[in-house]
Amino acid sequence: MVTCINDALYPGTGQAVLRLLRRLGVEVDFPQAQTCCGQPMVNTGYLDEAVPVVRTFVDAFAGYDAVVTPSGSCAGSARHQHSIVARRSGDEALEKAVAEVGPKVYELSEFLIDVLNVTDVGAYYPHRVTYHPTCHSLRMLGVGDRPRRLLEAVRGIRLVDLPGADQCCGFGGTFAVKNADISVAMGADKARHIRETGAEVVVAGDNSCLTHIGGVLSRQRSGVRTVHLAEILASTEAGSIERTLR
Amino acid sequence: MSGTFVGMPAFPTAAREALADSQLRHNLAHATGTIRAKRARVVAEVEDWEELRLAGAAVKERALLDLDTQLVRLEETLTANGATVHWARDAAEANAIVASIAKAHDAQEVVKVKSMVTQEIGLNEALAADGIAAWETDLAELIVQLGDDLPSHILVPAIHRNRAEIREIFRSRMAAAGRPAPIDLTDEPAVLAAAAREHLREKFLRAKVGVSGANFAVAETGTLVVVESEGNGRMCLTLPEVLVSVVGIEKVVSRWEDLDPLLRLLPRSSTGERMNPYTSTWSGITPGDGPQEVHVVLLDNGRTRALADEVGRQALRCIRCSACLNVCPVYERTGGHAYGSVYPGPIGAILNPLLKGVGHDDQIDSLPYASSLCGACFEVCPVRIDIPSVLVDQRAQVVDAHRGGVPKPEGAAMKGAAYVLGRSRRLSALERLTGLGMRFARRFGPSAWTGARDLPEAPEESFRAWWQRTDGGRKDDA
Repeated sequence: MVTCINDALYPGTGQAVLRLLRRLGVEVDFPQAQTCCGQPMVNTGYLDEAVPVVRTFVDAFAGYDAVVTPSGSCAGSARHQHSIVARRSGDEALEKAVAEVGPKVYELSEFLIDVLNVTDVGAYYPHRVTYHPTCHSLRMLGVGDRPRRLLEAVRGIRLVDLPGADQCCGFGGTFAVKNADISVAMGADKARHIRETGAEVVVAGDNSCLTHIGGVLSRQRSGVRTVHLAEILASTEAGSIERTLR
Repeated sequence: MSGTFVGMPAFPTAAREALADSQLRHNLAHATGTIRAKRARVVAEVEDWEELRLAGAAVKERALLDLDTQLVRLEETLTANGATVHWARDAAEANAIVASIAKAHDAQEVVKVKSMVTQEIGLNEALAADGIAAWETDLAELIVQLGDDLPSHILVPAIHRNRAEIREIFRSRMAAAGRPAPIDLTDEPAVLAAAAREHLREKFLRAKVGVSGANFAVAETGTLVVVESEGNGRMCLTLPEVLVSVVGIEKVVSRWEDLDPLLRLLPRSSTGERMNPYTSTWSGITPGDGPQEVHVVLLDNGRTRALADEVGRQALRCIRCSACLNVCPVYERTGGHAYGSVYPGPIGAILNPLLKGVGHDDQIDSLPYASSLCGACFEVCPVRIDIPSVLVDQRAQVVDAHRGGVPKPEGAAMKGAAYVLGRSRRLSALERLTGLGMRFARRFGPSAWTGARDLPEAPEESFRAWWQRTDGGRKDDA
């Protein structure tokens, strides 16, 4: 599952996942029927509107051994919220499909460490980097220090601690526009902490959060760029495919 | 005031004002940061904290699922212990009961233990309308009352004030309410506390009627429990001749031993202490010791409505520790007043809609959206209330309550999104316009997003288009 935001705005993240997983010997497909996990609707209160989206999701991903996604938030949505939407639909077949597909959904770092049992993915990334653990990966999925362990095994990287790392960046989906002032206030504090580290790059496992953080950093002309975890892990001495926010 | 401050604007508007108050931002960041660190330290000391949370949640859950039986049992045991039990459906009934008891004793004033439920029902204002002065005796409540202010935190109602502001309130307002502040009043915490002590002492010794809430009510033994830090509560509970306790019906627990996990969870979660300084328990009347007339007002005021909500009813487990406020990134920046209720923060964002229902008041309907759903509240909640899940469910109830009316832009957008995201072909067609859309948004801002944040550059093609063009990267990617 490449996720809708990566599909439309960050294809490089999807390409990085593909390159990384193939390098590790995984057979990867991109079922083209996929669209979105439906989280924007669910978290804004539009459950009826989420039903066709969840149906498309389970149709697209039924039959695979594992569904891997470079997003803690979308993985959390599939694992924890799809059952709510399915129950609402009153469609028992959908409830059954959701119960089958949901547990097979993995956030990237979970899949690498828990399923593939790798920590050193053979990456090379010669930059000063600070890691922001996103809320849904941390508290909804419980990925713990998996992304950090993956980053620590990257050659050439200088990983620096982010003060107040576990505090929300303020994105929060539609919260970012419904309560834009608070969202920006939270983003400003996150940006301040990032700048305090002196890092060139802030890395996270969710491009939605990084769009917000990067938007604040860019407006401040801070000279810090946001990069998805998958892009760092996909980078090798042969080349990097990271994209940058401008 | 009955739970929600009258005339408050919806959350985003109130929050904007609060965000602009730099003194408030500073006071809050300092205070919540301090309590947060204290809590984390003392919780980390408890090896079986997670088991304790599960036990606390189970005790409350069991009582709530059996509430009808437990409440009747509580009434029986309280009555057998010499207390008089009153039932109040709502704020007006509860206030009238307290006022009539005070009037029966010709009391012109009552002294109060800090209590959320009496704030919820607006008891002080109701008593004032009957010519009865209600004196808050908790230090922070006193600061709020003297400052003619509103509480902004469950545990620390004056958290939005710093000590310089408190000194000023004491200096200028104490004289009108009783013993004035000493002339040499400084902003040292100990000096401020001493001034409050002197001011309150004459009220404790004079008052004939005390008013309290209760942290817990034990059905088995007919016992009420008040947990506090300052000792003012103990004064109110023991010195007056008459004691009236207003107790939300969700405060009941079945057995005495059920207090065990709750009394261990509460102080570590709320003040970040291993144990609170004062725990008072009383079971009706003890001849020759303490108040000889004891009343208990059992209050619904929306609690049965909340109990009927399958997802939301877990909010009734809340033991008012305020750990969720202290870790909430939204609360930390807006403070409590923006929530327009005596119950602010994450718990307030679910409790107010649950107690009052959604779909009839924009202010209440805005509360479930006052969260980024970061989940920090659930992580610290001592009785494991899954606040993010309840918030999401409340949002669905807000949307459902407005279905069928005039369609709003957001609803139309969500319907449009459902259409597009229901089929990948439709999404694919729309993605060809991503670049155009981003250029449009940048050019015709500032919108809610672009006012303070840049938008990312749109890619030349979507992942989907790249996959098709290169056969999943197998063809030459140029």
